[in-house]
Amino acid sequence: MTLIHEIDYGTPRSKSESMVSLTIDGVEISVPEGTSVMRAAMDAGIQVPKLCATDMLDAYGSCRLCLVEIEGRNGTPASCTTPVAPGMKVATQTPKLAKLRRGVMELYISDHPLDCLTCAANGDCELQDMAGAVGLREVRYGNEVETHLGQEKDTSNPYFTFDPSKCIVCARCVRACEEVQGTFAISIADRGFASKVNAGAGQDFLSSDCVSCGACVQACPTATLIEKSVIEVGQPEHSVVTTCAYCGVGCSFKAEMRGTELVRMVPYKDGKANRGHSCVKGRFAWGYATHKERILKPMLRAKITDPWQEVTWDQAIAHVASEFKRLQGQYGRNAIGGITSSRCTNEETYLVQKLIRGGFGNNNVDTCARVCHSPTGYGLKTAFGTSAGTQDFDSVEHADVVVVIGANPTDGHPVFGSRLKKRLRQGAKLIVIDPRRIDLVRQPHVEASFHLPLRPGTNVAVLTALAHVIVTEGLVNEAFVRERCDWDEFTDWADFVADPRHSPEAVEAYTGVPADHLRGAARLYATGGNGAIYYGLGVTEHSQGSTTVMAIANLAMVTGNLGREGVGVNPLRGQNNVQGACDMGSFPHEMSGYRHVADDATREMFENLWGVTLDSEPGLRIPNMLDAAVSGSFKGLYVQGEDIVQSDPNTTHVAAGLAAMECVVVQDLFLNETANYAHVFLPGSTFLEKDGTFTNAERRINRVRKVMPPRNGAGGPGLADWEITVAIANAMGFPMNYKHPAEIMDEIAAVTPSFKGVSYAKLEELGSVQWPCNDKAPEGTPVMHIGGFARGKGKFVITEYIPTDEKTGPRFPLLLTTGRILSQYNVGAQTRRTANTVWHQEDRLEIHPHDAEQRGVRDGDWVRLQSRAGETTLRALITDRVAPGVVYTTFHHPMTQANVVTTDYSDWATNCPEYKVTAVQITPSNGPSDWQERYQAHADLSRRISGHVSAAE
Amino acid sequence: MSPDKLVSMANQIGKFFATQPGDKAAAGIADHIRSFWDPRMRQTILAHLDAGGQGLDPLVRQALESLRIQA
Repeated sequence: MTLIHEIDYGTPRSKSESMVSLTIDGVEISVPEGTSVMRAAMDAGIQVPKLCATDMLDAYGSCRLCLVEIEGRNGTPASCTTPVAPGMKVATQTPKLAKLRRGVMELYISDHPLDCLTCAANGDCELQDMAGAVGLREVRYGNEVETHLGQEKDTSNPYFTFDPSKCIVCARCVRACEEVQGTFAISIADRGFASKVNAGAGQDFLSSDCVSCGACVQACPTATLIEKSVIEVGQPEHSVVTTCAYCGVGCSFKAEMRGTELVRMVPYKDGKANRGHSCVKGRFAWGYATHKERILKPMLRAKITDPWQEVTWDQAIAHVASEFKRLQGQYGRNAIGGITSSRCTNEETYLVQKLIRGGFGNNNVDTCARVCHSPTGYGLKTAFGTSAGTQDFDSVEHADVVVVIGANPTDGHPVFGSRLKKRLRQGAKLIVIDPRRIDLVRQPHVEASFHLPLRPGTNVAVLTALAHVIVTEGLVNEAFVRERCDWDEFTDWADFVADPRHSPEAVEAYTGVPADHLRGAARLYATGGNGAIYYGLGVTEHSQGSTTVMAIANLAMVTGNLGREGVGVNPLRGQNNVQGACDMGSFPHEMSGYRHVADDATREMFENLWGVTLDSEPGLRIPNMLDAAVSGSFKGLYVQGEDIVQSDPNTTHVAAGLAAMECVVVQDLFLNETANYAHVFLPGSTFLEKDGTFTNAERRINRVRKVMPPRNGAGGPGLADWEITVAIANAMGFPMNYKHPAEIMDEIAAVTPSFKGVSYAKLEELGSVQWPCNDKAPEGTPVMHIGGFARGKGKFVITEYIPTDEKTGPRFPLLLTTGRILSQYNVGAQTRRTANTVWHQEDRLEIHPHDAEQRGVRDGDWVRLQSRAGETTLRALITDRVAPGVVYTTFHHPMTQANVVTTDYSDWATNCPEYKVTAVQITPSNGPSDWQERYQAHADLSRRISGHVSAAE
Repeated sequence: MSPDKLVSMANQIGKFFATQPGDKAAAGIADHIRSFWDPRMRQTILAHLDAGGQGLDPLVRQALESLRIQA
């Protein structure tokens, strides 16, 4: 294995389809019109020296190193800023050019510390490379000249340093922050010799607007901006391409290694989801993999109040099998079940549901999509016939009007957020539908045309009112609807939405959205060109989540915004493999490929392959499992990689359900909150320690590659998560024999029509594929529903607004809604164990100044957050980002336990919890609640490990 | 399992199908419950129906009657 060196073509690829032929150093070449001479040369295999150019950024033309001579033209133009022309004859190396370049390099080096041997970038420094390339042999300027040497380093960012002494002011970092990330946190201050790179308004990096995405570090050609891990460990010696295990964007990274030690994660330019970009989590927040709190040995205990006892893998697996068999013998076949992980691979998820259906003999399997995007599955399958988003991420480059509903891409899906912002800076229009003024509404060089700040819980009313405007103002794309949708259903629907009670004026009173803004937004979406809708959990996590998804589908169909690039309905999936977990048959009513368990032909195929009889009845969903546990009919649970105590609503109820079970098996990296109620702990493996695949929000199947052995060996070789499931299955008498996840994928492909063409060999060849990947689409399907919907005719569904039963009143006058923050991820199990905590040490409650003043709450005060379900305390953050009457918090920290206050209400179709609407009251408080103190005491007690000294002891 | 919670879940389903065009609301409710509810949930709500079905909306009651016939 060696280090993967990606070719840097110097300037971005031209997308022109007309070709231009020219000659470079006697080599004839044809390239797309608009290509730079520099890139054309690289296409011909000729590397023109360069410093300020890199193909992630537009040409800049400042370093004067990439000069060339062009026959018939005067001077020595910069090859990066000179486009090719037909018949052009270019020379990249002449005595004149060589002399000029040496002169330029001599000037650069005269103001650069010559500490190459002890420099962290030694061996990976473009300045060093260029000094070699131009043949620099001496620097004639002595010590007497003024330099920039000896300046203080900025080490404030936890992951990288900034050393101005090594800066050559090429502005690659500035341009990366602008063009790639879109944050505009870095600039060049002053002019001439005094020019310098400036974070924020002359601040250090940590206190500036920098979001620590790493684009500037990646762009820097010297050691000026460099990862602290490289400074500490040294340069990597080999690398492996793999997929990030954080959000549903599914960025490709090169894991750059020294032996089995990870030195850094560098975004991979050929990654089709991220195109070479990253965020602070994927790029830097992987330290949890080696965190001291990671559990590496299996553990057992008889009661959850006992300390854990470390055991061997054999003992642990035998105990799990014997307990599950005992429970089924005692309480019946349906008394146990399991939860697959959206953080694990497709192969692992497939095996867990296979174990449950085939080994347990029931369908009590569910996944965390239950609590996030299950309404997407139901809604899009009803409307279009497929439970998935319609586009690839590249599609946003062709969008003219982007509607973001209940999503916060710059925090939750940051790399997509950056790609979206790039398109918006190019002129696409933006509509944001969100109770909160998310960052996208207004930030440098991006401003939404409309922000519809709706009251939480009124999504359906707002979307139906948008449809009302489109239908009543004659903006329907009738040709599309007639050709692609059921006309009778459309006319029923059109009559429904045209009713005056759905007009923007009529709904304004309860949605809080000004009618003229709503009308403007509807007109813009319907008439502004390619209209693309991106949505998140602000859509799904409501009592009408599925209805809202169908309302979105209605809008896309009525305007004809489906079936081509630049349009579509795009759910932004939360976890790395939530799409895959759904595809793999993690829902209790569906086998892989979304086929109902009652379908005899499907069941028969699996029965023949697995050699068992399968249950034709749907199993329990996660909330149903907990209800059944409380009422005594559900006794055992296998939870792979999910923390339901922290992530699911109404924590008290979840805890009661788990406490009522006799055997809870948690397979995870850490003793998470759910493990506090577990009897068996099986230490899991990180994404760095196993092979497999993840499927991202655009249905893209990406390889996960093992870069180090699993650390959970307990004295022997470690086990990947799929191997643990295999061991349990075999111990329960349901044989599984796989030597490698590739064999599991072969089985998935054999039984799942949309995966028929997927194999590890194909993924090696193509890098990734988007399902459906089958005989009809052997290289996958970037855009779905071209020419027709998967279900035949698109279905318009009536979307009557039905207010949630969770209502405000005198006792609970405010509405709480919840979300994510950039630096943290989900329950924080990973990110809280990294330096990302410098940006978010605690969950804060955002409250409008009016509401705060009425309650005597000042910024930073502790407040009691109380709902009908429970109460917790946290500190207030006063901001007008939320409207009066609305409060907001994140749920990344277990001691806040925002879900103590969220309720049991859920989506009518899927039981997806209504996290986004909870009626609450806020009162000043002087510290943690009794519940929090009891919870902490319980957590401390239940995390004791026999033979280990705990902090409390 | 608590019949109260199942009653409110069933009524929620009922409210959606009640708004759909045509006269298939009860069939839609029955089909939804048949497709997504585990047998013990169905048994519990049918037992609740037998016990008078307090709190069940009329359409849901009709749907559950048809489910019982299928069962």
